[in-house]
Amino acid sequence: MILNITFWAFSALAVFSGWRVFRADSMVRAAYWLLVSFAAVGIILVLLKAEFLGLILILMMGGEMTIMAVFMVAFMMNPAGLNPMTMVHRHRIAIVAGVVSFLAIAALGLFARFPVARAPVGVDPTRRLGVELLGDSMLVFQSAGVTLLAAMIAAIAISSARGRYGDADEGSVEPTQLVPAADAGETAEGTQPIVGGRQ
Amino acid sequence: MTLQALVFVAAAIFGIGVYGALSQQSFVMIMMGLELMLNGTILAGGAMWALTTGGSPKGQMLVVVLMTVMAVEAAMGFALVIGIYRVRKADITEKIKRLKG
Repeated sequence: MILNITFWAFSALAVFSGWRVFRADSMVRAAYWLLVSFAAVGIILVLLKAEFLGLILILMMGGEMTIMAVFMVAFMMNPAGLNPMTMVHRHRIAIVAGVVSFLAIAALGLFARFPVARAPVGVDPTRRLGVELLGDSMLVFQSAGVTLLAAMIAAIAISSARGRYGDADEGSVEPTQLVPAADAGETAEGTQPIVGGRQ
Repeated sequence: MTLQALVFVAAAIFGIGVYGALSQQSFVMIMMGLELMLNGTILAGGAMWALTTGGSPKGQMLVVVLMTVMAVEAAMGFALVIGIYRVRKADITEKIKRLKG
């Protein structure tokens, strides 16, 4: 009974805060509403006895949403939410798409038949997950780690201010391979030899 | 706390995420929509693990993979936002309507 009440309370919180993300005037507040939504889902996972996943979700999202809030302040207009703000396009189509996807998945949950097999009582799911992570599913775990490493390197490569051959907004063609403008017979942008970055 | 109820809540979160990802103009808000969609997916995955797999840890592995997807999405999204802003001075989708700026 108490479990059910807690579940519905946190479900309502997760959905409500998810809705508030796109209705907040300040983008910083939107980031923290999203964090609230993630935390509520994390607590529901804990209620489902997936303690490790729930807590790691809250931990991860706490960090990520704080970074996101910094991004909001750095990039966006109106970060403080002093003026009303709506920045939407194709609003009606978006609403219809959201409602349709909600109805489709909800219908799937209501009408599809899933096997009923609850976790056995007295077995620690976290311990089993740990054995699985470093046992049978070691390859999956390692692949996830390598994927994250690749994402880190790619993020730095995309966002760095200076590329290998000059500033990031000057393209990435090696200077020695560029044809000088006089020889090519046209003065298109980008065919100038780039020596030592911006000229 | 039945499977139906959990999938219902996950569907609601996912639907809001779809709305956000499609309707928002700002890149970072679009990313928030994507994250919300993944949030609903994680809830559905956790529910399926708890109620249909008999506690097999492979179900939890799927959620771990989903979290990896979320981290990669956030990292690449932020990098692309910075990259586009550097080159095109754009922070909303309407400013990159043309491929060549």
